[in-house]
Amino acid sequence: MFKSIMEWVDARLPISDLIKSQATEYPTPKNLNYWWNFGSLALFVLIIQLATGIFLVMHYKPDAALAFDSVEHIMRDVNWGWLLRYLHANGATFFFVVVYIHILRGMYYGSYRSPREILWWIGIIIFFLLMGTAFMGYVLPWGQMSYWGAAVITNLMSAVPLVGEDLVVWVWGGFAVGDPTLNRFFSLHYLLPFVVFGAVFVHLWALHAVHSNNPDGIDIDEHKDSLPFHPYFTVKDLYGVGVFLIIYCGFVFFAPNYFAEPDNYIEANPMQTPAHIVPEWYFLPFYAILRSIDFLGSFSKLAGVLAMVGAIAILFVLPWLDRSPARSFRYRPLSRQLFWLFIIDCFILGWVGYNPADATVFGGMPIVFVGRAATLVYFGYFFLLWLITAFDIEKPKPTPTSI
Amino acid sequence: MHIEQEESRRDFLILATSAVGLVGVGGAAWPFIRSMSPSADVLAQATTEVDLSAIQEGQMITVPWQGKPVFVLHRTAEQIAQAKNVTMSELRDPQDDKDRVRKPEWLVVLAICTHLGCVPQPIGTGEYGGFLCPCHGTHYDTSGRIRKGPAPKNLEAPPHEFKDDRTLIIGKVLA
Repeated sequence: MFKSIMEWVDARLPISDLIKSQATEYPTPKNLNYWWNFGSLALFVLIIQLATGIFLVMHYKPDAALAFDSVEHIMRDVNWGWLLRYLHANGATFFFVVVYIHILRGMYYGSYRSPREILWWIGIIIFFLLMGTAFMGYVLPWGQMSYWGAAVITNLMSAVPLVGEDLVVWVWGGFAVGDPTLNRFFSLHYLLPFVVFGAVFVHLWALHAVHSNNPDGIDIDEHKDSLPFHPYFTVKDLYGVGVFLIIYCGFVFFAPNYFAEPDNYIEANPMQTPAHIVPEWYFLPFYAILRSIDFLGSFSKLAGVLAMVGAIAILFVLPWLDRSPARSFRYRPLSRQLFWLFIIDCFILGWVGYNPADATVFGGMPIVFVGRAATLVYFGYFFLLWLITAFDIEKPKPTPTSI
Repeated sequence: MHIEQEESRRDFLILATSAVGLVGVGGAAWPFIRSMSPSADVLAQATTEVDLSAIQEGQMITVPWQGKPVFVLHRTAEQIAQAKNVTMSELRDPQDDKDRVRKPEWLVVLAICTHLGCVPQPIGTGEYGGFLCPCHGTHYDTSGRIRKGPAPKNLEAPPHEFKDDRTLIIGKVLA
C-alpha cells in the first residue's frame, strides 16, 4: 500500500530519489570525527529556536510600555512559559557555542579551501544574520541591558561618514531608541530566522555540490573512502544531539540565568545608563576589538567599527590568504600553533570585553593595552597564516593519498 | 543592415523598459523606506520647557527632550572658570565655552555620549571635573567637551533659549 502510494508520488515529484541521493545514500567521508557533528547540531538548535520563538510570540507584546511586563507574564502566568523562554534564551547561547565550534572546525581542517569557498561564504553570511537576529532578540525583553545594548550597537551606524546621523534616526524611527525601534526589531527578529533557514538550505546545497571535507583535508575516492550518510552518520549525529541536550538542559533547568545579566531584570530607562554595560558573551571578543581602537582621535569611532566588522569580514578572504598545499592543519605544524594562539587570543579578547573600559590589570596597566595587543594578535593570525604559506616558510608534512 | 537596425531598436526598447521598471521599483520602495523614519507624533515632541528656579548652584537635573536625556547644570563659578581656562589646542573638538552656552551659569547639553550613545554619569564623575561615560570611559569637562577617551566630539548643545530668568526652553521655538 505504502509502496504504491510512494510510486504514485515519485512519478509526479521524485521525493524518494532526493532522499536517497542527498540524505540516506549521500556519500560521506568515513573518517569524519566528532567535530563534524556541529553542522547538524546547529540546524537542530535553529529548529529549537524557531519552535520556542513561535510559541513565545503568542504571549509577547512588542510595545515599549508592555514588553517588559509581558515577558514577566510569560515567566509567571503562561503555562510552561518559563520553560519556553529559558529554552529560547539559552538556545541563543548554545547556538553560538555550536556555531563557533563549527566555524573553528572549518578553520582547523581547511574546510574553507578550494573548492568550498562559496560554501564558506554562505556560512559567514549565516553567521552575520545570526548575530543580527540574536542582537534584536536581546532587545525584546526591554530591560536595561536590552535598551542600552540597542543604543550602543545602533549608534555604531553613526560612524558612517556623511549620512551616519540620519541613518541612525531612520533605524530608530525617532531621536532615540524607543517604541518604534522595539516594534521593528520584533518584526525583523521574527523574519530573520526564516532567512537563516533559507541560507542554511543554500549552505547545504553548496555542501552537497562539493561534498564534505574531512580531517585529513584530502580529496577522496568516493567509492573507497566514503560511507552512506544513513545509518552511519545519522546515528553519530543523534549521539551528538544526546550529549548536547544533556549540557543544554543542564543550563535550562539548573542555571537558566547563568548567561543573563541581572540588570536586564530592571525595566528599560532611557534617562539612565547602567554603570557597567556588557553585551552577551558571544559578542565580547568583537566588543573588545571595537573598544581597543581609541587612540586615533576623532577617527577612533569609525576605525573601531571597521575593525569590529573587519574581524569577521576577513573570513571572506581566508580561502585566498591560506596558500598551503595541505588543507588540514594536521599536516601543518606551524599553522596549528597559530591556530591555538588564535583560540587563546579570542578568550583574552572576551575577557577584555567583559571588563569595564577603564579597568586596570596587573597592578595599574589600563586593560585597553591588553585589548590592543589581543586585537593585533587576532588580525596577526590571518597575516601570519598568509605569510608562512605564501613564502613556503611552513613545510607541511606529507598528506596521505587516501583515507 | 536592416536586421542590425531592428536589433538596436529592440535593445533600446529593452533598456528603456528596464529603466522605467527600475524607477518604478525604486518609487514603490520609497514608502517602505520612509515608513521607518520618525512619524508625525514623534516629530511633534519638539520642545521641552524646564523650570529652573529649583536648581541650586552646583546642582544638575536630567530632562527628556524628544525622548533624549538632556543635562541642565547650574554651574558654580569654579566650574565656569574651569570651562573657560582651556587652551584650544588641548581640545579634540575645539570649541569655546561661550559658543556652547547661552548664559555662563547654565550648561545645557544632550546627555548622549558622542561615541556610542550612552548616558554619561552626572557632573563631577569624570576627570576635568565633568562627566564620565561609563560604557567606554570617555571624559567630558564642565563644558561637556571631549577631553579623554574614544568619543570623537563634544556633547551636543541642543538649541535652547531662556524665556525668562527661570524658564528654559529646549528645542527650536518657532515664531
